[in-house]
Amino acid sequence: MNVVVKGLTGLRDWVDDRFPLVQLWNEHMGQYYAPKNFNFWYYFGVLSIVVLALQIVTGIWLTMNYKPDAELAFASIEYIMRDVEWGWLIRYMHSTGASAFFIVVYLHMFRALLYGSYKKPRELIWVLGMFTYLALMAEAFLGYLLPWGQMSFWGAQVIISLFGAIPFIGETLSLWIRGDFVVSDVTLNRFFSLHVIAMPLAIVGLVFLHIIALHEVGSNNPDGVEIKKKKGADGKPLDGIPFHPYYTVKDSVGVIVFLILFAAVVFFAPEFGGWFLEANNFIPANPLVTPEHIVPLWYFTPFYAILRAVPDKLTGVLLMGAATTIFFLLPWLDRSPVRSIRYRGPIFKTALLMFVISFVALGYLGTQTPTPEMTWMARGFSVIYFSFFLLMPFYSKIDKTKPVPDRVTGK
Amino acid sequence: MIRLITFVLTMLCLGSVLAADGHGPVMQPAKIDLSDELSLQRGARVFVNYCVSCHSASFMRYNRIAEDLNLSEESVKTNLMFTTDKIGDVMRVAMLPSEAEAWFGVSPPDLSVVARSRGPDWLYNFLLGFYIDESKSTGVNNLFFKDTAMPHVLWEQQGLQRAVYRTEADGGREKEAIMRLELAQRGRLTENEYKRLARDLVGFLVYVGEPAKLVRHQIGFWVIVFLLIFLVAAYLMKREYWKDVY
Repeated sequence: MNVVVKGLTGLRDWVDDRFPLVQLWNEHMGQYYAPKNFNFWYYFGVLSIVVLALQIVTGIWLTMNYKPDAELAFASIEYIMRDVEWGWLIRYMHSTGASAFFIVVYLHMFRALLYGSYKKPRELIWVLGMFTYLALMAEAFLGYLLPWGQMSFWGAQVIISLFGAIPFIGETLSLWIRGDFVVSDVTLNRFFSLHVIAMPLAIVGLVFLHIIALHEVGSNNPDGVEIKKKKGADGKPLDGIPFHPYYTVKDSVGVIVFLILFAAVVFFAPEFGGWFLEANNFIPANPLVTPEHIVPLWYFTPFYAILRAVPDKLTGVLLMGAATTIFFLLPWLDRSPVRSIRYRGPIFKTALLMFVISFVALGYLGTQTPTPEMTWMARGFSVIYFSFFLLMPFYSKIDKTKPVPDRVTGK
Repeated sequence: MIRLITFVLTMLCLGSVLAADGHGPVMQPAKIDLSDELSLQRGARVFVNYCVSCHSASFMRYNRIAEDLNLSEESVKTNLMFTTDKIGDVMRVAMLPSEAEAWFGVSPPDLSVVARSRGPDWLYNFLLGFYIDESKSTGVNNLFFKDTAMPHVLWEQQGLQRAVYRTEADGGREKEAIMRLELAQRGRLTENEYKRLARDLVGFLVYVGEPAKLVRHQIGFWVIVFLLIFLVAAYLMKREYWKDVY
């Protein structure tokens, strides 16, 4: 035993003389002080990393058998589902992982809204996170074409044609994206390339920057107080605890709970009632037959509802773009002196509640065949959606806040 | 906060309920049972006797059927394989797509994943839904797939049904709507026997749509059992470490 420990210590020191191994470990794990009062909402960051890892690993194995060819793609997926050992499990983990990714990322973003995690000095963490979110949306959209089913084909057709609404360059731009006049083998090939190399690389890089930026300024917490302001005699934050081992053991519990829910979907309901895998996507892509009802997957439907709520196509496209990118401005729209919802006043609480309701309602409306009533509802919710952001400089300033304590308040 | 979460969850549930409303003739549930191996074997037999002459299942291999349904390769070869003599081959169709198009106007679709795109209930009701319609070249129409190009292949078993109409008011105008189907000519099977045959066939198609379904639930059960045990261990470790925090 002693020999083994000695050998390993020797190896560590050998590496450490040539690479800042111990320093990196301490800065990011062993001596990274995180607030001790993280609650339920603080699991979704680590869960996003877990899902990212799952997607990369299952993606590598899927790529071994998938064929990015319009003639072969659909059949190669069924080949994976039947003839590849455990192929069905790998594929379901990947398809469920896509939806799980958005669930955990939406909850992670909601956490930032609850506790003001985007506010100074964490603006850059938020901006990097937003770029990751946009890259994730692109990744999901690109990947959804690969099964080459009816929904893959027509979903891509509809979304790419949106670029056609841009004046002057629109048609050329959508032609450039497709590489053809319709979605075709050429499109499938480039989407495959972007899905397995370009976007994952971008996402991993952005996540890396996101975490480096976070560890530079330190984590926020449910009280929104700065733990670095109250340090002990040893120079360590009084309300901070080392990330490892405290949060590694705590996060393992969260990760296992997540994996239980994840496994329940993968093994017992991989289609999730058509929300994760759509029935129409089990029909091979057919450019001659348009499905009656083309909807994007659930994680895009709030934005899709905004697009459809606007009669003019170009304005709709612009508003849809604005709906996804307006999040970038949050750190500068929020003028409140406090971060956490715990010390905010009634106006912000109401505004946030209204925003969540409109986001969910728009998500629902985006899945439905539009009727005049539904379109009007979508318009109403879109107005609330944008008001949450655009009116924030005013209502966050005049809101009556409560006094923020000096130290974190326990649970 | 709690109220907010409850509200969001309620909205989500409401969404799925609202999304479930349908229209058209009422469907009967297929009530298939994938654990009933005999039913799947009978379904396989119906499939090769009645379906494979026009429809392929080009992602499904015969030896996989033998393995999954507990049949010997010999018995699969003699009873189920009519379009090939290689046990590792997929379920191909006997006729050429060009011939099919000339006869039916469309090439009959591959049935490998039809249970996943249409769903078991739809397939079951489709098989039960043929009725006499002299205006069609096949002599039949279908309650759940209007103007289908498919002839009623199982008519000898089910017999032939005719539609019973009723008059409905449709925004001031009157319209004939099918109320139900009744047997016009008896087949070899009674109504319940035919329903069983349809259920066997649909069960087989659900299996063909996703062979892993036969094992997926069982494996999932043990995966979750393992994770639950792991959870207890992880939780105890967390509690031990966090003793000195609060």
